[in-house]
Amino acid sequence: MSWTKKHLLDIESLTVEEITTVLDTARGFKAVGERAIKKVPALRGKTVVNLFVEPSTRTRISFELAAQRLSADIVNFSAEASSFKKGETLKDTALTLEALNADFIIIRHSASGAPHFLSRVLDAHVINAGDGAHEHPTQALLDAFTIREKKGKIAGLNVTILGDILYSRVARSDIWALTKLGANVTLCGPSTLVPKTFEQMGCRVTHDVDEAIRDADIINLLRIQHERQRKTMFPSIGEYTQLYGLNKARLAKTKPDALIMHPGPINRGVEIDSEIADCGRSVILEQVTNGLAVRMAVLFLVNGGKGPQKVA
Amino acid sequence: MPESTVVLDATAIQRTLTRIAHEIAERNEHGAEVVLIGIPVGGDHLAARLAKILSGIWKHSVPVGILDVTMHRDDLDQRVAPTFHPTDIPFDVNGRTVVLVDDVLFSGRTTRAAMDALNDFGRPKKIQLAVLVDRGHRELPIKADFVGKNVPTALDEKISLRLTESGAALDEVILKKK
Repeated sequence: MSWTKKHLLDIESLTVEEITTVLDTARGFKAVGERAIKKVPALRGKTVVNLFVEPSTRTRISFELAAQRLSADIVNFSAEASSFKKGETLKDTALTLEALNADFIIIRHSASGAPHFLSRVLDAHVINAGDGAHEHPTQALLDAFTIREKKGKIAGLNVTILGDILYSRVARSDIWALTKLGANVTLCGPSTLVPKTFEQMGCRVTHDVDEAIRDADIINLLRIQHERQRKTMFPSIGEYTQLYGLNKARLAKTKPDALIMHPGPINRGVEIDSEIADCGRSVILEQVTNGLAVRMAVLFLVNGGKGPQKVA
Repeated sequence: MPESTVVLDATAIQRTLTRIAHEIAERNEHGAEVVLIGIPVGGDHLAARLAKILSGIWKHSVPVGILDVTMHRDDLDQRVAPTFHPTDIPFDVNGRTVVLVDDVLFSGRTTRAAMDALNDFGRPKKIQLAVLVDRGHRELPIKADFVGKNVPTALDEKISLRLTESGAALDEVILKKK
């Protein structure tokens, strides 16, 4: 077993062995989810705090259920109903939660690096549930899990990530994970949202959608992150849909066994045609199921990890 | 180099399993009620071998399952996360006699975890324990029903089972001295 890390902060710092350990462990947890009794006592007596300073439904619920299925107690904390509104800093909020003996802090924050900061000031295990446009490691792990389960491998596959790459933490984590595991990653979207600089991460950048998806084994669609775009990056939604949306005509020109993925929430009729989202090649809902197993695996693994002590 | 001795060789392992199978058959009159569940790593392959011998004795097939006990261990807070093996119990354990099969009986903690884990799958009529080697040093009130060989050991010695099913060149049980 090759997992000794105390936190899960990003994919960039993980080794291939560590990623594979998460995927292998998640396979066991997926089987647990298919049993009549879906709960195991591995984290009995532990307290998990969902510290979501940025709104989220699916990731928060997925972590909540993951913690519950491991028999941990979980507290949900959302920015709207908290002392953040009264001016408390992130550090003070986290220290307060730790004073209540929280063992795990799962944080989503609009600032890149917020989980790394917390890992330096807290004794608790910190798990990044999305920090700004930086990383969303559990999403990348569940994407890798889904690809490996469906295709039997990841190395050598052509994965195209289509959409808003610039503002997407999912894209960054996916690129790290999939390139480490040996996939050929292509990024595609409007040049304003898919700058050439991403080639430095070891992937290919193109702005021609038909060419990008023609040889793809996996087409991973991302939504437009309106909340992060400070200025208009393309003329209109309608134009985006026409130029980059996945519709039936475009799908017809892809490999017949190419899978369609999307981290959600999906915007039907924008980046993906409604019928395609529901078709047999879409694994969007399986990603959600796998996400639960992957998050159980992450909680279970970091529980056994001992990291450096916090700095004062 | 740590000194190591062969406790059981391939012939002895097969002979021991044959004897354990006969003891299981002797103890359990109604063979149809018996299922074997192996604890990985090691116990799962032994369970499959025992089932094969038992089906020859009883003239009917004997169901075999695999039960991972990782989630029920009592030392998860004191160690790096252990490998989580798949569990596969393709039958109903309710009302059956479950023979848990493990390679080495030591502290008894794995057996305790296995009985807890089995709870999640139903309520067996009976649970029995078969082990290839009992090395002593029990830390819990647990005793095996079927023992292949009692091997007195020191606490810092290590017993390991190698089977061809898991890629070994030949079957053997090794005792390694520190």
